[in-house]
Amino acid sequence: MTTVAARPTGSASGQPAHGRRKQRRWTRAILPTYSWLVIAYLVFPIAIMIVYSFNQVTTGLPQVSFAWNGFTTRWYQQWNGIPQLTSSFWLSIQLALATTVLAGVVGTLLALALVRYRPPRFRGKAAFEQTLFLNIAAPEIVLGASLLGLFVTLNVARGFLTLLISHVAFSIAYVAVTVRARMAGFDRSLEEAAQDLGANAWTTFRKITFPIILPGIMAGGLMAFAISIDDFVTSNFVSGPQVPFPVWVYGATRIGIPPQVFVFGTAIFTVGILCALASVIMSRRHRPA
Amino acid sequence: MTETHAASTAATYEQGDPGRASASGLPAIELAGVAKVFHSGSEVVTAVRAMDLQIVEGEFFSLLGPSGCGKTTTMRMIAGFEEPTSGTVYLHGRDVTGVPPNKRDVNMVFQSYALFPHMNVFDNVAFGLHRKGVAKDEIGRRVNEMLDIVGLTGRGQRRPRELSGGQQQRVALARALVNHPRALLLDEPLGALDLKLRQAMQVELKRIQREVGITFVYVTHDQNEALTMSDRIAVMNDGVIEHLASPREIYEHPATRFVAGFIGTSNVFNGTVARMAGDVAVLEMGASERILVPIGDRAVRAGDTLDVTVRPEKMDISTEQPSGDLCALRGTVTEVVYLGTSTNFSVTTSTGADIVVFQQNSATARDLADRGDSIWLSWQPQHSYPIG
Ligand SMILES: Nc1ncnc2c1ncn2[C@@H]1O[C@H](COP(=O)(O)OP(=O)(O)O)[C@@H](O)[C@H]1O
Ligand SMILES: [Mg+2]
Repeated sequence: MTTVAARPTGSASGQPAHGRRKQRRWTRAILPTYSWLVIAYLVFPIAIMIVYSFNQVTTGLPQVSFAWNGFTTRWYQQWNGIPQLTSSFWLSIQLALATTVLAGVVGTLLALALVRYRPPRFRGKAAFEQTLFLNIAAPEIVLGASLLGLFVTLNVARGFLTLLISHVAFSIAYVAVTVRARMAGFDRSLEEAAQDLGANAWTTFRKITFPIILPGIMAGGLMAFAISIDDFVTSNFVSGPQVPFPVWVYGATRIGIPPQVFVFGTAIFTVGILCALASVIMSRRHRPA
Repeated sequence: MTETHAASTAATYEQGDPGRASASGLPAIELAGVAKVFHSGSEVVTAVRAMDLQIVEGEFFSLLGPSGCGKTTTMRMIAGFEEPTSGTVYLHGRDVTGVPPNKRDVNMVFQSYALFPHMNVFDNVAFGLHRKGVAKDEIGRRVNEMLDIVGLTGRGQRRPRELSGGQQQRVALARALVNHPRALLLDEPLGALDLKLRQAMQVELKRIQREVGITFVYVTHDQNEALTMSDRIAVMNDGVIEHLASPREIYEHPATRFVAGFIGTSNVFNGTVARMAGDVAVLEMGASERILVPIGDRAVRAGDTLDVTVRPEKMDISTEQPSGDLCALRGTVTEVVYLGTSTNFSVTTSTGADIVVFQQNSATARDLADRGDSIWLSWQPQHSYPIG
């Protein structure tokens, strides 16, 4: 803002060149300012959630309200005050962890196949890649509805298993795509060098391939965890009597959100940020020469 | 191994360094009728055609040829990364066709070095010894000894990316040599280095090879590199070995037109044999112009056409007609390039051939000829060499 004010002064003092330089400096600030506004827009709801997780509640039944009633850590002390919320949260955590492991393994192997083989060894690779992309692009509501239809038709009782199957189903493609992108620069001659030095296929994978692609696998796993823990659409279709965290919160909005929801939300956000930071640091350290 | 097999072995040794022919025992590496055909899509590429090759224990052997002639494929078949479409690979007399690379007693230095980026230099070099289950303290001793040999003392804790190109090259070498392989395969190992470093490493590699006494099979497309380093060279073209001999033999008496053109600069003349004077073919090229070619044990008769090569540094330029016992051709100078120690003359002969002549610079050589001058070319008959 000060630069804007300074500009006419510059021109008025008979130094047009100086003024133009000022103007250029001012225009150069547009994109960064814009970027910070977008970031603020993205972070604002999260900040509100974190701030209001420390808000006191005046109503009889504890509900979040956006009038500031004073600071308290009460909701953190009573974080498990609502048994259903706590159990739905643990269900989501277990689900996300199991999804991370399963989708991580399956997706990584897919990525290896996609990077290494092409026709004629890998017949129909192009069609396969299309399917993978469609899996990501398809509306989740279609996937959720069709999975529900499948489970009902096969008479599978809805519960943890159906949730897990569904979450793994929509995470695999994300993991495969992420790991493959990270493997694009992988030098196959590293594996040949290991073999040449006497390593068999398993040792080569364990000592060379796996450690080098580990940051990629971590990034893929993080992706699977992130999309599993906040999934609502599919989970709403396929969960049994015990619903995961997002579905529970959605149900609670009709009667009022207990402040503990903000506590869990803040916890998930914090852990997520830490994981993302760890992943960035890991991949920096492992970046090949 | 069959009778014919043994015979071809003997024939190959004859061409090489006579000292090596007497080396007792089996060749370190032997290819017998090895061919490799690649199918990529609908395309069929024959990378190597029916190759017979014996590499002697302890020698520095080079595979030399232009890009795409099948050098890497040949090497990868020796290492076990490719299986021959037909033929047999022997390592020290053992048929290793179908044996995977981790069970072959040869090691390879990759052009990209292929150093493990997540391990330090010490662990890179120790990798092969760990796989063999060598005791920990012996691994430490041997790795450090090898780092000394390649001039990387005290660099064991560095990561590969913290090293210069030349140092990475040395790590790759140490990582292969520390296993005491029966043979070391090097695929254009100096290709990524700049000229100065490359020349220093050529000397270094030769020293290391003498020091460890291991058979080196060296792939390169750089003829100077092959000529300076090798005991023997196989010049490859289009999947075939065109000439296998010592560097001197290959340079002075190239077996084919391709070899003559690929190794150094070579002038090729084509003419008809007018008559035979003993075992010297006389090619009349015009009035007082002739090329005399000692033909050795070739069967050449008057009336045959003959391709002849002459190295540019063997020819002389003069303004007077040379004496009758020399080869002599008339020509016109089209270009003169002064190069310090020598001068290069481009000459178009009276027969229409464009050739090159190198003259050492001395006090007199400077004013030999100018662009556009008519001159005489002459050389000793023993520098004419028939090819093809
Ligand atoms: N894996 C492969 N698939 C198909 N063609 C190949 C393969 N490897 C090599 N070739 C072909 O074989 C020929 C020889 O290649 P190569 O041995 O790498 O030559 P050089 O090392 O002498 O440059 C080339 O035409 C190359 O395109
Ligand atoms: Mg090559």
